[in-house]
Amino acid sequence: MRANAFLKGFVAIGRITVDGVWKIGAGTKFILNVISRSRMTFQRPRLLIDEIFFTGTLSLIIIIVSGLFVGLVLGLQGYETLKRYGSAEAVGTLVALSLVRELGPVVAALLFASRAGSAMTAKIGIMKSTEQLSAMQMMAVDPYARVVTPMFWGGFFSMPLLAAIFSAMGIIGGYLITVVVIGVDGGAFWSQMQANVDFHGDILNGIYKSIVFGFAVNTISLFEGFDCVPTAEGVSRAVTRTVVTSALAILALDFVLTAFMFTGV
Amino acid sequence: MHRATVDLWVGVFVTVGFLGLLFLAFKVGSASNFSASDGYVVTAEFDNIGGLKVKAPVKSAGVVVGRVESIVFNNHSLRATVSMRIGKKFEFPKDSSVSVLTAGLLGEQYVGLDGGGDIDLLADGDKIVLTQSAMVLEKVIGQFLFNKASESGSNN
Repeated sequence: MRANAFLKGFVAIGRITVDGVWKIGAGTKFILNVISRSRMTFQRPRLLIDEIFFTGTLSLIIIIVSGLFVGLVLGLQGYETLKRYGSAEAVGTLVALSLVRELGPVVAALLFASRAGSAMTAKIGIMKSTEQLSAMQMMAVDPYARVVTPMFWGGFFSMPLLAAIFSAMGIIGGYLITVVVIGVDGGAFWSQMQANVDFHGDILNGIYKSIVFGFAVNTISLFEGFDCVPTAEGVSRAVTRTVVTSALAILALDFVLTAFMFTGV
Repeated sequence: MHRATVDLWVGVFVTVGFLGLLFLAFKVGSASNFSASDGYVVTAEFDNIGGLKVKAPVKSAGVVVGRVESIVFNNHSLRATVSMRIGKKFEFPKDSSVSVLTAGLLGEQYVGLDGGGDIDLLADGDKIVLTQSAMVLEKVIGQFLFNKASESGSNN
């Protein structure tokens, strides 16, 4: 009896491993498939523009508002702590570095995954469950090239821009709360920030991060949509999985990238 | 939605995105005076560099004129060789001197560069001979105590 339960444990571990490996393999194959069919996307820029509108422009409001609020909070908290050490002017550096290096790319990617990634999964999932993808194949239209690839590239181009807007709005938010409201010296705020934020070391690395996150979120959401069980429940599960997996992937990748980019000399 | 409307809003989005990037590049970051390859490299040997780190600023008269590029230990002289990249637009006489200084009481350490009176200018690969090491707090305190002790010894 006990040995039986023991065996079941091994079976469960085995199943998780096999499923995981299958997912990684299928996901890689899927994304290579998607990228190898990029030609049509760039020959018909209309498709791409529509997807940039869908993933980028429609995410603009949420990115601007959240960026502003994150900046406001960072400014307030940073000021409260730095004030004790008599270096309230350094709050500009604090806000800029935390946004440009970490919060900008990470929070923008999390918002992107929940706002645009989930919508991409749902769109493809529903097209699959209503057999629109099969119908395309019947008409000799490649569903990858026509539907999936433009979505991938649209999200890929939107993500770094959204992250940059998020960081910029956050810094403006930090400026508003500390300089305009609290009354920290504005000149010191900007000059200390400029002295300590490096274009290559900080800003470019932040942009690289957001490119990697954009790639990961797009891959996950498109694959989950393509891989979902073609029922109403299957689509809803796929959307949930997209958000959860994307969030975990973003945070894990962020740790790895930070370890490579910002440690050592 | 109408074709032209979509185009308009995508245009707005992309423009705002690039404005954000430009804001980060020019207003937030220092699109710096000396990028990684711009300028000339000079070296100097110190007995003790204290807590000096790579990328620490090199300042002359308080103005940042360059950055520390590498710090290596010289096996022959048993001293630290510091190479510094100085911005192209800054010129210093050949007999300038460098010292490791500290910004503020607990601040970071930086290299101070004091101009000399030579007519020739420092060029790429030059070595600065006049150096002054970092002040190590323990040594200073030790010296102070030693002086005090010898003072009171002579008084008795």
